[in-house]
Amino acid sequence: MSENRRPVPEVTPETERYWSAAAEGRLLVRECNECGLTYHYPRALCPDCFSEDVVWKEASGVGEVYSYSVSETMEGWPEAELPLVVAYVEIAEGPRLLTNVDCSPEDVEIGSRVEVQFADVDSEGIAVPVFVPVDG
Amino acid sequence: MAENDPVYIAGVYEHPTRKAPDKSTMQLHAEVAKGALGDAGLKKDDVDGYLTAGMPEYEYGLTPLVMADYLGLDPSFTDTTDSGGSSYISHVGHAASAIRDGNCDVALITLAGRPRSRGQATGSGVRKLRTMQDSFERIYGATNVTMYGMAAQRHMHEHGTTSEQLAEIRVAASHHAQYNEHAMYRDPVSIEDVVESRIVADPLHLLDCCVISDGGGALIVVSDDVRRELDRECVELLGFGEAVGHHQAGRIDLTRTAAERSGMRAFEEARLGPEHVDYASIYDSFTITVLEAIEDLGFCKKGEGGSFVEGGTLRAPDGELPFNTDGGGLCSNHPANRGGMTKVIEAVRQLRREASDEVQVDADIAIAHGTGGSIGTRHGAATVVLGGESR
Repeated sequence: MSENRRPVPEVTPETERYWSAAAEGRLLVRECNECGLTYHYPRALCPDCFSEDVVWKEASGVGEVYSYSVSETMEGWPEAELPLVVAYVEIAEGPRLLTNVDCSPEDVEIGSRVEVQFADVDSEGIAVPVFVPVDG
Repeated sequence: MAENDPVYIAGVYEHPTRKAPDKSTMQLHAEVAKGALGDAGLKKDDVDGYLTAGMPEYEYGLTPLVMADYLGLDPSFTDTTDSGGSSYISHVGHAASAIRDGNCDVALITLAGRPRSRGQATGSGVRKLRTMQDSFERIYGATNVTMYGMAAQRHMHEHGTTSEQLAEIRVAASHHAQYNEHAMYRDPVSIEDVVESRIVADPLHLLDCCVISDGGGALIVVSDDVRRELDRECVELLGFGEAVGHHQAGRIDLTRTAAERSGMRAFEEARLGPEHVDYASIYDSFTITVLEAIEDLGFCKKGEGGSFVEGGTLRAPDGELPFNTDGGGLCSNHPANRGGMTKVIEAVRQLRREASDEVQVDADIAIAHGTGGSIGTRHGAATVVLGGESR
């Protein structure tokens, strides 16, 4: 996937571990030890209770499509990856993640079961979580 | 002034242009400011409050300084709240608070932008990452139109809403736009025209989307003391509410908007309810934006928006809830890719009996509602309830 020109996320001290874990093939979520919330996107303070006692947790990587839309064109997007399926995936741990379902549009619907994969980007040491449909 | 003292909209102006390649955006701000002051019968020197949102063309910031300098204002109150298209409705509420606090008496609110001349379609490409969240959203091609597409898809899934029902919203807007000489698209369209137009972001069609236009608008909000000295018919601000909707840490509900809260707050302050509304301006970036707002503002139950809009409900002058009688953002104007300003302007026209004859409603109570940002991630909602002078 060396010619892949997906946009590269901005990596900050607050999010670096999320992106580097993706490069190692792991999807991380944040969990609050204080109130028990599992949340996404990663933040240093729990967005429910402002506790700083929050930990990284490896997610199972499975979920289902909460909603999706399909773009036939996307300015600045690699031609080979169009049409593009943009989706919210509700992962088994609870949070709804904005992501792509890497499949042709006719293979996705609300409720489709999906699992995580990791797409390379033009940046050392990070990858981007995306999802693909799971058979059955 | 005291907490409950009345506050009025005394002047409104919508720039007639829809394409302004030969003007600067700052010039448009000045032109609409002059227009609204003229409508109210006030002079530039009367302005002591100034409100506007950010200027998308300039990422510089310092908006109140840049604008006061250019316009030659000496404001004792400024506010540059930027919640996208809902900003200008929030500004009305913020101006009212400032007037009641004694911080100003004549507040000027301006909007201007030239996305059409600049070739800037809102959110149709992967623009550069600007916010922290963009690294978790934009990198997936989550543009405005795909996010509203996801909202529509989920609404259809949960409530059985159809593309034909969404199309009713465009049909009503186009019916109104034919009487607006400044509207970008004046030809009435049918449900078939909408659902047979190309898909932009499944399930939204091209005709589910608003126009891209240059232009602007301005409002003048005044105290009761100022109002008494004016000859112009003024519209009273009866209630205001605003709210923010967002991811809720990963629990986003794409079928609900913050209009639930902004609308409730505005109606409570006005001591009125949806049943009292004679005319509604509802921000229409996409047809789904209107459908969800109608439900969330309480005009029908959640999930029943599709059947509610069927059969000409939104069509003036005889529909149950006449909406966007200027043609709205869907057909007339969407200056700066932001719709809140024109929503207030048309509501004021309706209450002053200055809408186009064919779509003039017998309106004493109107609302204007704005949605800013994206209901697919985070959005502002702002609602005003307005009352006509002769009600």
